[in-house]
Parts: sequence; C-alpha cells; structure tokens
Amino acid sequence: MNTTAKRIYYIPYMLWILLFVIAPVALIVYQSFFNLDHQATIQNYVTYLTSSTYLRMTLNSFWYAFLITLFTVLISYPAALFLNQLKHKDFWLLLIILPTWINLLLKAYAFIGIFAQNGSVNQFLGFIGIGPKQILFTDFSFIFVATYIEIPFMILPIYNAIAEIDPALLTASRDLGATNWQTLIRVILPLTRKGITAGVQAVFIPSLSLFMLTRLIGGNRVITLGTAIEEHFLTTMNWGMGSTIGVVLIIMMFISMALTGEHKRKRKEIDTGATKE
Amino acid sequence: MQRKNRLGRVYLVIVFLVLYLPILYLIYFSFSSGSTMNTFKNFTWANYRTLFADTRLIQIVLQTLLLALLSSLIATVVGTMGALGIAASKRTSTRNLMLSLNNVLMVSPDVIIGASFLILFTMLGISLGFGSVLASHIAFSIPIVVLMVLPRIQEMDHALIDAAYDLGASAPQVLNRVILPFITPGIVAGYFMAFTYSLDDFAVTFFVTGNGFATLSVEIYSRARQGISLEINALSALMFVFALLLVLIYFFIQVHQSNRTKRNKQKARNAA
Repeated sequence: MNTTAKRIYYIPYMLWILLFVIAPVALIVYQSFFNLDHQATIQNYVTYLTSSTYLRMTLNSFWYAFLITLFTVLISYPAALFLNQLKHKDFWLLLIILPTWINLLLKAYAFIGIFAQNGSVNQFLGFIGIGPKQILFTDFSFIFVATYIEIPFMILPIYNAIAEIDPALLTASRDLGATNWQTLIRVILPLTRKGITAGVQAVFIPSLSLFMLTRLIGGNRVITLGTAIEEHFLTTMNWGMGSTIGVVLIIMMFISMALTGEHKRKRKEIDTGATKE
Repeated sequence: MQRKNRLGRVYLVIVFLVLYLPILYLIYFSFSSGSTMNTFKNFTWANYRTLFADTRLIQIVLQTLLLALLSSLIATVVGTMGALGIAASKRTSTRNLMLSLNNVLMVSPDVIIGASFLILFTMLGISLGFGSVLASHIAFSIPIVVLMVLPRIQEMDHALIDAAYDLGASAPQVLNRVILPFITPGIVAGYFMAFTYSLDDFAVTFFVTGNGFATLSVEIYSRARQGISLEINALSALMFVFALLLVLIYFFIQVHQSNRTKRNKQKARNAA
C-alpha cells in the first residue's frame, strides 16, 4: 500500500489528538500550578488539601454521586429484569431510551414547575392534607432529578447483560429446585455484574459534575465538584484553583475506572449498542 | 409466576410514568393560557405564536442546527480518516494506544472538557464565539465517529482490497470504490451520533461560548434561571416531536442495516 498517501489522510486526526486530547489535559495540569497572579506555585494543592471547605465539598459531592448511583441501580435493576420478560422488548427499550434524547435542560426545567412552591406536587400534598413543603432547592430535589436523568443510562447496560444470559441456565437452575428468588440471587445477579459495573461507570462520574442541576434544582445549596469548577472558571475567574479541582476529578475518574474494570464507554454508545440488536 | 409477572408489569408502568410525566407535563402546559405551570387556565395556541414571533429564539434554533450539521459533518470526515488510519497501523500496541487516546474525551466529564478547552482557546488567543464552539463540538464528536466506523473497517475482508489492487486500481480508487462504499453504514451511524451529541451538549458549550453566541441549551439555561415562561414549554413540545422523529429515523436506519446484512449473508450462503 502507498504509505505516504496513508500518512496524509491520517494528519487531521493526529492533529486532533494532539490539540484536543493531549494538549487540554496537559494544560489543565499546568494551569493548576498557577495562582491568581500567574505565579508558579503549589499553593492551590496546599489550599485544597488543608481547607476543610474544599474537603467537605469533595466528600459531599462523593456522597451525592454515591446516593444517585445507588438509587439508580435499585430502580433500574428490577425494571431491566421485567423489561426482558416483555413481548416486544426492543420497542419498550426504545421507549426507555427516548427521554435521553430530550435536552437535559428541558427536563430540569419541567421539574422547576413540578416542584415549585405552588407546583403540582405541593398542590397534591395540600389536597391530601399534608400541606405544601419546600421541595425545590433541597438536597432531595437534586438527588431525585439527577436519579431521574440517569435511570435510562443504567437500565440499558443491565438490560443488555440480562438479555445475554443463556435461558438454559435459568431452566437448569429451576430444574435443580431453585426458587425464583434463589435463581435471581445466585444465577442472574452474578451473571449481570458486568452490566451493573458499566452502568455505575456511566452514572457515577457524570453525577460528580452535574453543575447545571445543582444551580437550577439544588438552588446553590448543593455544591458538587462540577459546580466548584464552573464557579472558579466562569465566576471568580480563579482558573488555577478550578484546574486543581479538575485534576482531582480526573484522578478520581481514573481510580473509579480502575476499580470498575476495563470497560470504557460513554452513555450514548451504550444506547446504540442496545438499539443495534 | 403469574403473580410475579403482574407485579412486574405494575412496576414497569410506574417507571414509564415517572420517565414520561415531566415531559408530558411540559407539553400539557404549553397549551395553557396562564403564566405558570401550576394550574391549567384555558386552551390556547398563544405560547406557540409567541415562540414563532420570538426572532431571537428562532435565530438560536437555526444557529444550533447549523452548528450541529457542520460540526458533525467535519467530525465525520476527520473521524473516518482517523479510523482508516488506526485500522491501517501495523502494530497492535500502536492501535491500542490510539484507541485509548481516542476514548479520553468519551470518558471525561463535560466540565473537564469545557474547562480544559477554555484554557486551550485562551492560550492560543482564539476569541470565544461561534468558532470556538464549533471547534469544541467537532472535537468531542470525533471519537464516537471513530468508534462507529472502525468495526466496519475491521469487518471488511482484506481480500477485497488485494483484489482491487491486483486488478490495477490506484490507492484513491480503492478508497472510493471499495472501502468507502463498504463502511458507509458506519459513517452514517457516526454522523448521526455526532449530530445528537452536538444538539445535546450544554456544559462544554457553556464554557467555551462568548457573549455573542448561544445555543439552544445555553439559552434555555439562562431563561430557566429567570423562572417559568410557557414559551419554553411550547419549544420543548416541538423539540420532543423532533427527538421522536430522530429516534424513528435512527431506528429505521438500524432495521434497514440489519436487514441488509441479513440479506447479504443470505446471498452469500446461496452463492456458496
């Protein structure tokens, strides 16, 4: 094959890798060593590691992401299981995917209306005699909306993992006298561990960085790593500190990827994997 | 077993209700003549009329579509060339390295991509606006194109290429007449994914856009922070219909593709 011709068409892609993959990561690390006066320093890291505000924020962010991931798994697993028992599985799966094609901002906007002081939920609470409550701008509303948004991304990989199970294994388990519950715990659950891991990966890291939800739904009461980065970059203009938090987030991303195994896929890609079937 | 099935159905109905209620709620109130999403007043088309009279919003919709079309087109060209390059590299270690680099932007959180691109553009002295947003959208769409195209290239029988060369085809001819037609389904899927990535993005755009340029997501964000406006509800109803159309198109592409591969396999079997 003509090697020079090959090199020429490869050039734009290589340029992309250099400019938009390697350079940005290098730059964010580089930037994290500068303070507001453009002096090279490790002060940002010292501040981060010694300030209780930053550490508490990081822990909080982790805790929220953990809760969101946990609730998503708890809701999605049974849903994926029951989906697999339906007749027109592909069609129903498509209906699960459809909401992910609606702009995230619009879904958040809907919840502003639903959870508002005089919104539907409060009207309902008033109607059954509990009386209106402050729902919007609380931790609860943030976790609820984030879970709502992430559910499809968790259902898909779990659904695929369950669909791949050889039905003979389930029959065998039942023939050997296992109850439905035992089959679920001893056979289905271990066989779908990969799907759960993939789902956790697709949900956990994005949950650390959902800054628009913390602003619109959490009402600035909830501060995640993503919110902190956005704040430092776009409001206080302290790029050095913002980059430092960014580096922390990148490190966490690598740790969580190392912990959850080799799968590296983004959410949408899982979608297509599912619809391709 | 029967009872368990019924429980499962009920559970699924609840999940579907929760998934769709907020969206239907938005659409429902787009027909209300009130000014809040609390109580439905009277049925009206007024919100849609306001929407179509809002030239700023219409312009932003057009900008967003243009941006998505353009960025996904360029990303598809670059990504396809990249996939061809990766497939052509001889050593497995090089290929794996390239794939890992390719996937960096796929696993990075949006805020990190946005923040690091912002630093990049500032260092290069590129002013923020349409250009920087376009470059970012191209950048984060390229990896998905590669991931869609690469499997098609790897599926391809190398004997086809050898035969073309043996029959005297030049390298460009082999590319145009043999390779590209074969990988077209992958390219179409890649283009489609890139298009939806671009339409969907909020966080990256939010970081790298200046004052002069806004996409629909950014506009909705700033309007939502100011409170409820039923014009946004009307817009979301239209976008829901649009998303529904996109999903249907995508579904038909997939069905068509799998039918075609099935047919081709059938043909191959018949020929053998």
